[in-house]
Amino acid sequence: MRRGIAATALVATLALAATACGGDTKDDGAETKAGGELSGTVTWWDTSNDAEKASFQKIAEAFTAKHPKVTVKYVNVPYGDAQNKVKNAFSSGSDAPDVIRADVGWVADFASLGYLDEVPAESAKKVDTDFLPQAAASAKFEGKTYAVPQVIDTLGLFYNKKMLADAGVQPPKTLEELKTAAAAIKAKSGKAGLYLRGDDSYWFLPLIYGEGGDLVDAKGKTVTVDNAAGVKAFKTARDLVTSGAAVTNATDGYTNMQTAFKSGEAAMMINGPWAVADTYAGDQFKDKANLGVAAVPAGSVKAGAPQGGHDLGVYAGSKNRAAAHAFVDYMTSQEVQVQSAKELSLLPTRTAAYEQPDVKGSEMVQFFKPAVDKAVERAWIPENGSLFEPLKVEYTKAITGASSPEDAAKAAGVEFRKILKGWK
Amino acid sequence: MAAHTSQSVAKAAGDDVENDVAARGPSRRTDSDSVGNGRRGGLRRALATHWYAWAMVAPVVLVLGVIIGWPLVRGVYLSLTDANERNVARTIGARHIEASYEFVGLDNYTAVLGDPVFLQRLVWTVMWTVACVSITFTLGLVLANMLNRDFRGRAAYRMALILPWAVPGFVSVFAWRFLFNRDNGILNKILDGGGIAAIPWLDDPTWAKFSVVAVNVWLGVPFMMVALLGGLQSIPGELYEAAEMDGASAWQRFRHITLPGLRAVSMTVILLSTIWTFNMFPVIFLLTRGGPGDSTEILVTQAFREAFIASPRDFAGSATWGVLILALLMIFALVYRRSLRKQGEVW
Repeated sequence: MRRGIAATALVATLALAATACGGDTKDDGAETKAGGELSGTVTWWDTSNDAEKASFQKIAEAFTAKHPKVTVKYVNVPYGDAQNKVKNAFSSGSDAPDVIRADVGWVADFASLGYLDEVPAESAKKVDTDFLPQAAASAKFEGKTYAVPQVIDTLGLFYNKKMLADAGVQPPKTLEELKTAAAAIKAKSGKAGLYLRGDDSYWFLPLIYGEGGDLVDAKGKTVTVDNAAGVKAFKTARDLVTSGAAVTNATDGYTNMQTAFKSGEAAMMINGPWAVADTYAGDQFKDKANLGVAAVPAGSVKAGAPQGGHDLGVYAGSKNRAAAHAFVDYMTSQEVQVQSAKELSLLPTRTAAYEQPDVKGSEMVQFFKPAVDKAVERAWIPENGSLFEPLKVEYTKAITGASSPEDAAKAAGVEFRKILKGWK
Repeated sequence: MAAHTSQSVAKAAGDDVENDVAARGPSRRTDSDSVGNGRRGGLRRALATHWYAWAMVAPVVLVLGVIIGWPLVRGVYLSLTDANERNVARTIGARHIEASYEFVGLDNYTAVLGDPVFLQRLVWTVMWTVACVSITFTLGLVLANMLNRDFRGRAAYRMALILPWAVPGFVSVFAWRFLFNRDNGILNKILDGGGIAAIPWLDDPTWAKFSVVAVNVWLGVPFMMVALLGGLQSIPGELYEAAEMDGASAWQRFRHITLPGLRAVSMTVILLSTIWTFNMFPVIFLLTRGGPGDSTEILVTQAFREAFIASPRDFAGSATWGVLILALLMIFALVYRRSLRKQGEVW
């Protein structure tokens, strides 16, 4: 037993030394060459949803086929609790995972706290050259690369083709069209036009981008959520609900949204590619062709959806960093990304993956790729993830009428400035 | 649930110490009186005579000091610094980062107390505590009285009523969350069957407040009931018999025998229940996350939000909220005790 540990440590040290030296040119698995075979256990905390996790577990455990001495321990951590859980584990160091799947908004935060190990030079170079530039941007902090993008996504308008056709309306391109369409759907079927999530501020972003606004202006170090565009966005959210175009909930919004859309209680919803696999499981979409996806409806200025996605990062305190980095390389390789695109309709982050027939053949990917290209890049600052909670409180208040749109925007601005100390 | 056990352990330990002192008290007093050589001699003598008692108590004092005293002192210290996730000492693998936070005096307190949020949360926390404790107590008293009679299947009823207490708190809260769901919850399905429009249980500020109180009452009634039932059983039956002979009505018997007889028990459970409810994190956090908006946020959930939602986590801020909550509870306990003393209750 003792000898085993010592050997593992030796291999890891050698491999690390090799990585640090920069290594010579060759293909994947930079570390395998110098120190011999990789071994040990790599614990991966995955945040994918119930419809996706079986597929990811299978893919992750297949890593053993390439590196027989490495055991992958797959742990699924529900996305909602993950940020806190990861922070707890990283700060205490005990039972911390070696690899985490981090929302793009968390990378800068974790890196700024010193929790993430820098990506080895070789892989970092690939992130710069082989990946979609907007995905690569999310993996960096202060010019260094701390993670490798796994999937990229954005929000789109999911619609029930049959319900829209029955009501004789086209997929709406603007919020005005959405309101007309919702009225027609209600008149025809008695069902709601749109389900708008009221308990998560991520779903508020298309509305604020639609009015030409944004949460913050990172270059000018200015909070912009409470400017005229921001106020207008809160008004729009409130208006969608009061006009009857949208239904919403202040709790359990995601489950209610999926249930409503899958069962035909709501004809449209705003959601991302991660929801496709789950949506296909619904009654209304036994025939997959009934699911249509369009760009999020435009506000008075433009149509805009946030860029999201997930990056894989290695814990700086991992005892098995060499194997962990190799695992990240594997999980973000083109083959794996193509497989996820085929099975789960998730969008690859590698440019070349889009040339593969399986990706080209996926209708969802074909829709979402141009949408991702146009998606609004968020400010990749450490505080990015912290902004959503106070925004959620105000968004929910505005949407349920507990607070006026003006007050909600103002209060969000106050909270943002508490988090972003010294910003205007 | 953890809170329950730890509280009762501390309480039990406290009782032991008190009983010990009370039992020895008179003898010590006579000792020092008769010897009459001042306090120090008395203390030494007490130590010499009762060394075994001190030795028995020592481990408890030590353990309490370590698991309660030290974190408390540390919490108070942190609240006087600017400690956060970025500047506390931590070890990441082989790398050790030294702490670099600084002493900032009472800055955190002025910041928290100067923020209108504190007062808003305090008002709702007090409303929530008063509502929960009074409803729980009343229901517990009614149920205890009903269960104190002899009837068939009494044990089964008691079991059924204790059940909410046996289920882990988070399980019940999640179950309630499903029941309360506006679109797919069973409560609204039942209402719908009766032709009543769906109630936005957790989506409307007022209904959400009602819902969290209802769940907390549901969770708290068993404890109240069991405690009061114990109290009821300790009231001698002869009193009721005598009162009946004197022609006292049922209400008069309840008013003049049951209530005074329960007094010692009820004062204790009300105090405990108040403290638990004031700090009842899981019900609020798991049921509504303080929502919709921030309408059901109480002091402890707000402390969590302040400290752990934003990054870097603000440890000093959270400690400040914790110390303020502790201070409020201590003031409450002191006032409560004093008012009981005034009414002649030995406590």
